Amino acid sequence: MKNLALSKTHEALGGKMVDYAGFYMPVQYEGVKVEHKAVREAVGVFDVSHMGEIFISGKEASIFLQYITSNDVKKLTPGSIQYSCLPNLENGIVDDILVYMLAEELYLLVVNASNLDKDYKWLSDNNSFDCLIENKSSEYSLLAVQGPDTIELLSKLTNENLEEIKYYNFIKGNLSEIDDVIISRTGYTGEFGFELYVKNNDAIKLWNSLFSTSVTIKPIGLAARDTLRLEKGFCLYGNDINDKTSPLEANLGWITKLNTNFINSDNLQKQKVEGLNKLLVGFEVLDKGVARNGYNILDLNNNHIGNVTSGTMSPTLNKAIGMAYINIAFLNSGKRDFLVQVRNKKILARLISLPFVK
Amino acid sequence: MSFPLELKYTKDHEWLRIEGGFAYVGITYFAQGELGDIVYVDVDTEGEDLESEAVFGSVEAVKTVSDLFMPLNGKVIEFNELLEDSPELINSDPYGDGWIIKVSIDDVTALDHLLSSEDYQKLVD
Repeated sequence: MKNLALSKTHEALGGKMVDYAGFYMPVQYEGVKVEHKAVREAVGVFDVSHMGEIFISGKEASIFLQYITSNDVKKLTPGSIQYSCLPNLENGIVDDILVYMLAEELYLLVVNASNLDKDYKWLSDNNSFDCLIENKSSEYSLLAVQGPDTIELLSKLTNENLEEIKYYNFIKGNLSEIDDVIISRTGYTGEFGFELYVKNNDAIKLWNSLFSTSVTIKPIGLAARDTLRLEKGFCLYGNDINDKTSPLEANLGWITKLNTNFINSDNLQKQKVEGLNKLLVGFEVLDKGVARNGYNILDLNNNHIGNVTSGTMSPTLNKAIGMAYINIAFLNSGKRDFLVQVRNKKILARLISLPFVK
Repeated sequence: MSFPLELKYTKDHEWLRIEGGFAYVGITYFAQGELGDIVYVDVDTEGEDLESEAVFGSVEAVKTVSDLFMPLNGKVIEFNELLEDSPELINSDPYGDGWIIKVSIDDVTALDHLLSSEDYQKLVD
């Protein structure tokens, strides 16, 4: 298990530490409900330094990325960011990623920690282009500052005009007296916020500065990160998407630009034409109980129609919510109610549209 | 961490308060801390005779679910109704209002197999 630059800091703050994707990370500090609320109503900071950073550079960097990612890389301009995925050859997803255009011929891919080695190999194996792939994950720390009070807090630490940075755009600037911080208007909570990339030796300085202003900020653990993202219907790799789930079935059609001729786009086009077998949908639990990853879903006649991929008790709504792959036949029937097998009992659930929390 | 001396404990991180031929059963301070915020307690074995180690219910935390095990042979006499609407009592008062079930004790010699406060403390340290 590897330490992050801030692992000891989290420990000292009383964070409950776990092994997550091979890193020693805080799953919670005060409690998931309190932390969740802090992000929705004020501001919180997540240490997500486990995320991987892979740099792609060279003359054919953009051609390579157009081939290897599902979204349209041509839409990027320096300073903009794209959510995308790395499709595999079996109609599945190698990883879901962010693509940063740092400059002409220079891009940064931010990838899931658990997939870093797989991604690097996949990228390298498919690199028949004039470009260089460098994994610099161990050099960077990443802090996500999220919540409605984010601007008020960060504006005390920088002279950059943060309000001008649009969603899915970034600048490189000075923040907390650290130069060249990537200040990225992104996040995994659905709240207003920024993600801040710094070199590891600046991580403690940045963390401490976030707690030095008059704006109250709470440290937030992985548990609240999960409830926050699920309330917004954001996919989690390993739960909702994986090597076997199609981006089309995962409702990621909006980042799957089939006309950009990427790896496996022909097969996905075929899948689209022939029709999908299942779709990732949102549901709420009507009975008492919580539906969780892997639980079976049955129609009211007890026929198996799908599986839960993510489920939790929503701290905002105070009810159990989840996402699941459900057969198209059931979804097309117009029925909305179904059963979730929770160990020895079946509880009633109902389809609802995503996101759960607007 | 707290380990009241007057209680008995199990390796499954449950506690028992013995009162006459009955015992109140809950989960320990350590257990609730590991689980995090409890959101739902599911006990549908009221009135049932269960053997030691049988599952009598489950507790759902935000992130995880954990089975509850009978600490000894006996009948589930009562489920703590307060937990229906306030499952968080298990977090805020695990040894008091956060008790989960009341059981009858079939055989008092079974109590000898339970852990003392000191033994339990060693287990989680």
